[in-house]
Amino acid sequence: MSDRQADKSIARTLPARDPLLADAAHEWKSAYIHIPFCRRRCPYCDFAIVDESAVRSDHARYAEAVLAEIEMEEGIGRLDAVNVGGGTPSLIDPAHLADMLDALERRFAFAPDVERSLEINPEDWTVERADAWVAAGFDRISIGLQSLDDEVLGDLGRMHRASIIAEVVSEARAAGFRSINVDLIFGHPGEPAASWRSTVDRVMDLDVDHVSTYALTVEAGTELGRSVSDGAPAPDDDVQAERYEHFVAAASSRGIVAYEVSNHARDGHACRYNLSTWAHGEYLGFGLAAHDHRWGIRGRNHRRMDRYVEDIDAGRRPRLGTETLDRRDQERDRLMLGLRLAAGTPMTDTAEAFVRSEAGARFVDAGVIRIEGGRLVLSNPLVADAVAREALSVSASDC
Amino acid sequence: MDQSRIRNFSIIAHIDHGKSTLADRLLERTGAISERDMRSQLLDEMDLERERGITIKANAVRIDYDADSGETYELNIIDTPGHVDFSYEVSRSLAACEGALLLVDASQGIEAQTLANAYLAVESGLEIIPVINKIDLPAADPDRVAEEIAAVLGGSPDEAIRVSAKSGEGIDELLHAIVDRLPAPDGDPDGELRALVFDSYYDTYRGVVSLIRVVDGSITKGDAIRLMAHRHDLNADEIGVRRPAMEPTGGLEAGEVGYVITGVKDIDLIRVGDTVTWADVPSEDPLSGYAEPKPMVFSGLFPTDGDDFERLREALDKLRLNDSSLVYQAETSRALGFGFRAGFLGLLHMEIVRERLEREYDLDLVATAPSVQYIAHLTDGTDRNVQSPQDLPESGSLASIDEPYVKVMIITPSEYIGTVMELVQAKRGIMGEMTYLSPERVELHYEMPLAEIVFDFFDQLKSRTRGYASLDYEPSDYRPSDLVRVDILLNGQPVDAFSTIVHKDGAYSYGKAMVKKLRELIPRQLFDVPIQAAIGSRIISRETVKAKRKDVTAKCYGGDITRKRKLLERQKEGKKRMKMVGSVEVPQEAFVAALKINDE
Ligand SMILES: Nc1nc2c(ncn2[C@@H]2O[C@H](COP(=O)(O)OP(=O)(O)O)[C@@H](O)[C@H]2O)c(=O)[nH]1
Ligand code: SF4
Repeated sequence: MSDRQADKSIARTLPARDPLLADAAHEWKSAYIHIPFCRRRCPYCDFAIVDESAVRSDHARYAEAVLAEIEMEEGIGRLDAVNVGGGTPSLIDPAHLADMLDALERRFAFAPDVERSLEINPEDWTVERADAWVAAGFDRISIGLQSLDDEVLGDLGRMHRASIIAEVVSEARAAGFRSINVDLIFGHPGEPAASWRSTVDRVMDLDVDHVSTYALTVEAGTELGRSVSDGAPAPDDDVQAERYEHFVAAASSRGIVAYEVSNHARDGHACRYNLSTWAHGEYLGFGLAAHDHRWGIRGRNHRRMDRYVEDIDAGRRPRLGTETLDRRDQERDRLMLGLRLAAGTPMTDTAEAFVRSEAGARFVDAGVIRIEGGRLVLSNPLVADAVAREALSVSASDC
Repeated sequence: MDQSRIRNFSIIAHIDHGKSTLADRLLERTGAISERDMRSQLLDEMDLERERGITIKANAVRIDYDADSGETYELNIIDTPGHVDFSYEVSRSLAACEGALLLVDASQGIEAQTLANAYLAVESGLEIIPVINKIDLPAADPDRVAEEIAAVLGGSPDEAIRVSAKSGEGIDELLHAIVDRLPAPDGDPDGELRALVFDSYYDTYRGVVSLIRVVDGSITKGDAIRLMAHRHDLNADEIGVRRPAMEPTGGLEAGEVGYVITGVKDIDLIRVGDTVTWADVPSEDPLSGYAEPKPMVFSGLFPTDGDDFERLREALDKLRLNDSSLVYQAETSRALGFGFRAGFLGLLHMEIVRERLEREYDLDLVATAPSVQYIAHLTDGTDRNVQSPQDLPESGSLASIDEPYVKVMIITPSEYIGTVMELVQAKRGIMGEMTYLSPERVELHYEMPLAEIVFDFFDQLKSRTRGYASLDYEPSDYRPSDLVRVDILLNGQPVDAFSTIVHKDGAYSYGKAMVKKLRELIPRQLFDVPIQAAIGSRIISRETVKAKRKDVTAKCYGGDITRKRKLLERQKEGKKRMKMVGSVEVPQEAFVAALKINDE
């Protein structure tokens, strides 16, 4: 392990699917900051956000609260990755974001090759902002592209037009971002197959290093959830499977490979924060509804802004709750998460027990999972949950 | 009590025609119980009974009625089970009475089961008082109902007493009629004891409590008594009556009805229909009509979780304490593992047992589609009882098969005669008599294979007649039939629990329908699941459950691993009611899919 730890820059050199990378990611420490503001809520979204079409928020006050929270945190060591997500981080003054990165670095220090990633929405793009983000220290940008079909963008409730994307990407490159990601959402019931194919083709022509693909999911309590329960068509699993497989084929032929169910990258561009989450690494979380994981404890922050700010003002961590995991629980989570990685997950005792279980043996027989180089690997990422469900119940009963 | 002042009667009524309300009213009128704590104590005591609105166990309540003549009468209301599955129990309850009230809803008219029980009462020599209830309802048509009853039971329409159990109207007339028209018991008070056991139930604290009707002689606390059918000698530890709370009396005389507690814990020692006599001076002559309970319908009961087998056994043992008609023996299924093959009096009995096992004993069960008992004649000249399709011998060694037939009575509004006939014919029914009860209602008689009734006959009858038809049946005989076993294969492997015996003419369409139904019921798995129906080695139908292509959530909810895990665990919980058959997850309802196949 020590040689890997010594060379943190392997992230820049190893192939995106390399098991060594996944194991290294297990050791990484990262931090997440949540910026919970959106111009308006997208119909499918159930994240903890403030819908600014209804309420104006005081971004500066929130930024101060986050900074205060960072000061309360004792840390888990030097950070290998930082992700500022949302919500819509591009909605707030880049100066706030710069302050947050500074605070993190001052308090916890950054590894020399730290990755600092920022999520933005295309409608907020300006060259000035891009320069400010780079100046603040961000070296990776994740663009909420979603689709290159304006009709689909409309169905998804997104506000930008497809036509601006090519420019956004080239300007991002020019601004100096080392790694560029675009997010895609596929499988909306109103999305024709041709629309997806054309989106995929045109994304492949963009100069991006990483693509995240999300199958549209119907969450209870969202606008989409309500309309589906009122009888509107729901996304179809078979269609989504086809869309996904089409993307994987097209992307891999261009050197962008799936290293996790929803994440695809060129070698050297696997997202550190992402990898570390799926490899069951440790991370800090700051901001509304942020989650963290360290020393076998998972914690979560308040989801309500008033509670969050109230606790911060009172000098308390804005905790909603924690969950303590013993060694078995941790192995169980590592197995559940690691199955999603193309590199698979190490054969821990828990993984071993799963493979030996009745359900595990069935998956092995059916070729759904396999043991390869001392690791448990899923052959088809699209059935990760089916396997994880059984893995969870085995580890719950057999250990 | 002098027998001339005793009246024993039961109330024969269809569900909801007002039996409980009438019983309440009678008790209230005679001051036996205050109105407030009536409901809670009366009659249908089991939760399930209350929910389903049926009486499963018999019961007996004594009330004292001060007649206008100044004399006090002892009235015993004997409650009878109201369902065809329990016709033997009905017959024993009726045998404890001299009379019966035939209670009919003035807005509904008489129903098949009620009529069947009324016929049974007439055959047992009971005096019947027709009682037309709910005359207060605007839709009441007591004249028509009185005509209808007179048409089927003979007598004059004027004999019916018209009441409203709700308002109390007519209750006094009814009490007069009970005293005047029902015969008093006329057993020999000085003879040797003969008492009929018409119900036995198990009470956790007191052991077996038996309801008895003393026919001759008397029984006193402390008597050594003998059960004649099984020759068990026991001691009468406590004797009493229910009012409706239990009240010890020290003894019961000829003509009286009450309970006896003997301290035994095994219900099989005091079976319904048996005769109680003195152990020291026994009667020579048991009362007639005793019969062993005879299961008609069989089904496999398997725990979803194989580890629950022992718990299932214990639960069955406990249920049997109260239900001597429940029989079961261990059975092994290749598909379902260890379980029991249980025999029931009928479909309702089966459902009740299954529900009680799940609810009261917290068991998660897979029940296989019900089967009847066939007789297989083998080529070597021997016979074999077949209670489970998988026990049917191979066709090479099978000479012929007999199946049980039943006599069916259906009462339906005459507009549905056509559709009912069509249905019954499709179910291999042989038409018998047809009687018009009135221009609007008709009584149809058929002979039919029991197996066809066990399938979804009742549901179909109800749906074709918009719920207006009613049904009753009784076993008749065994007849040779051209039957075959249809097997179902999942993933190429035969699943014994899915095998069914059907008539050859219907085998092909059954196989097709069953395979189609299973394709709907079995969820998509990670691989294709072929489903086939076969007769012997010949495949007659095939469908495939296509492999599930996607089963994964896109995101990890912003690092909220706990949420993700809980979501997966909840989904897994939802799959708990699945049974693994080989490598295929099969939902429990698939094992009774045969019942859900709609012929239309
Ligand atoms: N209007 C009216 N309703 C009645 C009368 N007798 C019973 N009911 C109602 O009919 C329903 C069924 O009565 P119940 O005694 O529970 O029927 P059971 O199933 O035969 O015991 C209840 O809602 C009673 O209130 C009556 O004389 N008049
Ligand atoms: S922009 Fe993103 S976080 Fe905001 S509402 Fe839309 S999907 Fe949710």
